Amino acid sequence: MDELRNHVKEMLANGTVAAVIGYKEAGSPMRTKPVIITAPEEAILLVFNEYCLNNLAVYLTKARVKNLARVNGTIKKLGIVAKPCDVHAVIALIQESQLKREDVYIISFNCNGVVKDYGETLTGETIASKCLHCDARQPLYHDKVFGELKDLPASPDEELAKIKSFDDMTSQERFEYFKNEFDKCIKCYACRAACPMCYCTQCITDKTIPRWVESSAHGRGNFSWNLIRAFHLSARCVGCGECERACPMDIPLSLINRKMLEVAKNDFAYLSGRNLETPTLVGSFDVKDKEEFIL
Amino acid sequence: MTEEKWEPKVVAFVCNWCTYTGADLAGTSRLKYPANMKMIRVMCSGGIDPVFIIKAFERGADGVLISGCHPGDCHYNAGNFHARRRWTMFHQLLEYLGIDKNRLQFSWVSASEGKKFVDVVSKVVNDVRELGPFKGYKELNSEFTAVVNGLKQEVNKAEAVNG
Ligand code: SF4
Ligand code: SF4
Ligand code: SF4
Repeated sequence: MDELRNHVKEMLANGTVAAVIGYKEAGSPMRTKPVIITAPEEAILLVFNEYCLNNLAVYLTKARVKNLARVNGTIKKLGIVAKPCDVHAVIALIQESQLKREDVYIISFNCNGVVKDYGETLTGETIASKCLHCDARQPLYHDKVFGELKDLPASPDEELAKIKSFDDMTSQERFEYFKNEFDKCIKCYACRAACPMCYCTQCITDKTIPRWVESSAHGRGNFSWNLIRAFHLSARCVGCGECERACPMDIPLSLINRKMLEVAKNDFAYLSGRNLETPTLVGSFDVKDKEEFIL
Repeated sequence: MTEEKWEPKVVAFVCNWCTYTGADLAGTSRLKYPANMKMIRVMCSGGIDPVFIIKAFERGADGVLISGCHPGDCHYNAGNFHARRRWTMFHQLLEYLGIDKNRLQFSWVSASEGKKFVDVVSKVVNDVRELGPFKGYKELNSEFTAVVNGLKQEVNKAEAVNG
């Protein structure tokens, strides 16, 4: 922790970064919240541990945060404390031209997993499900990395098992299942606010002429909203799970996001936010793409 | 509408340059195809946003057909290549969420394939007929109408009270 604080202090003092988005303790050592540090002496607030749940990349596209980087007419770097999986979101944002690599200063960690919820001790039961299938516990891109890898507590990947179990259901059963889940939606858009990839300045659901997605919270509007959200994040979602964590109605959004991650992986061998050199999946094409579903 | 009289409603989004012209050819060649299909012409299959498809289901479609130029023939060079990737994702998402894959079908039909157009439309209409009315979305629709009617009644009541 001291390494992190000292490093941030130094980077702010020597003017490498204009601000650092990081985590600070929130009321208990087993809980954190985001903090934006702009003065070297504030660096003492920063923490990094298994309670750093937020994906801070969501702030990188916010106009107010971007403005912080504009110092006396020149652009300075924004520092971000990012778990290796959150680095995927930063990379995906760069792939989608929302940021330039040289505009961010990535401080990352060799990661030993995070908990599902604050206040729990990290064990095989309490570990976040995304950590169970993590393919990059060491950051793929970083400007500074701390920490040492330890073994993760072992636990089965129940999420994938659940997704596979849907194959045995009929279309109608699946429709019922998701309809009932989506029925709970209250259209609070917390899932959108928490998502680093939902950075549209005007979301399709806010467009009123014509109104594509009904905004009142009834079955039909809820179904359309959740469908469109899932589609917009297909092959762009980095699987951080923040949408599901933010959802106050406990809608299993990860079951859908993860399914679409698997689809992109199986059909195109593509994972979002892993490679700065490749274009995004939906922003490019290959003349040899498979098409056996087309008549 | 009673169950026996039910006829499938299929909405087709077709591109201007190939499939629409193909459909035209089917017409001028006096080929018959089921009248269940309502065709909507767009400039390019790459311009068919998935919200169009969702809107069609919301408005009572039992099936949707999307059709454009064969790969390599796009009037705008690459519109259909881009579309193909999106469809690959979208149709698997719909299937996962419980919308039968036969309710949303895709095809390439060129301007000279009047016969293929007829075959495709007949296949889609038959598939949808076999599946029956799209109960799932229709239920969502009736829920929606019930909510709206309830609100209207409230408004009427309030107006009656307030004069
Ligand atoms: S959709 Fe959810 S899991 Fe995917 S990037 Fe957005 S917040 Fe993360
Ligand atoms: S749901 Fe779609 S339109 Fe809305 S913010 Fe997310 S990506 Fe943008
Ligand atoms: S966070 Fe949950 S309840 Fe809120 S809009 Fe998203 S899915 Fe609906």
